[in-house]
Amino acid sequence: MKEVKIGCGKPTGTVVGEPAKKKPLERTDPEKKEAAMVTAKVGGKAPDFQAPAFYKGKFIQVKLSDYLKKWTCLCFYPGDFTFV
Amino acid sequence: MLSVSVDSHFVHKVWQDEELSKMVKGGVPFPMVSDAGGKVGRVYGVYDEIAGVNVRGRFIIDPDGVIQAMEILTPPVGRNVSELIRQIQAFQHVRKTKGAEATPSGWTPGKPTLKPGPELVGKVWKVWKPDLAF
Repeated sequence: MKEVKIGCGKPTGTVVGEPAKKKPLERTDPEKKEAAMVTAKVGGKAPDFQAPAFYKGKFIQVKLSDYLKKWTCLCFYPGDFTFV
Repeated sequence: MLSVSVDSHFVHKVWQDEELSKMVKGGVPFPMVSDAGGKVGRVYGVYDEIAGVNVRGRFIIDPDGVIQAMEILTPPVGRNVSELIRQIQAFQHVRKTKGAEATPSGWTPGKPTLKPGPELVGKVWKVWKPDLAF
């Protein structure tokens, strides 16, 4: 089976449909504040992220912007094996 | 559909194999995303720093990547899937009419929509009754 490189879950710092910032943001980088301000609100573009996932028996890397052009539901919950 | 929790993708696998596949034939049919550390939950405003988990946040995102709806619950109360589907149907209808129609409270496919404009001001009572909200 092909090995898929899987990183940890992290926001890209931009909204879906916009390229990620080229260089990693430095503490003094004025863009850092802007990137940190990308938050979810209705009527606004969804903050993009990439993260590992389990899907159809495989581990994959998911990127929210791959779901552009589709209706998407993002559903957070407290934890696996919880009750509700 | 993407589900997200702070559990690792390995734990997602075990949960799917050991429990979810016994509730849903073949297991849940969508990617189970791992947000270890809650970095994604933080930008969506659903990460509880004290508990260290993401609370029940649900976001409907349209094909342009715009968040059309969000609902956030504390952990002990579950969601209503019928209401999620109703909202998606309503947003899809509004999008299809390019915003010419709006869906009043309780709208489901087949119920009357509203066409906002000068003629409707003060006249909603003629075309919409509170019974339609339920």
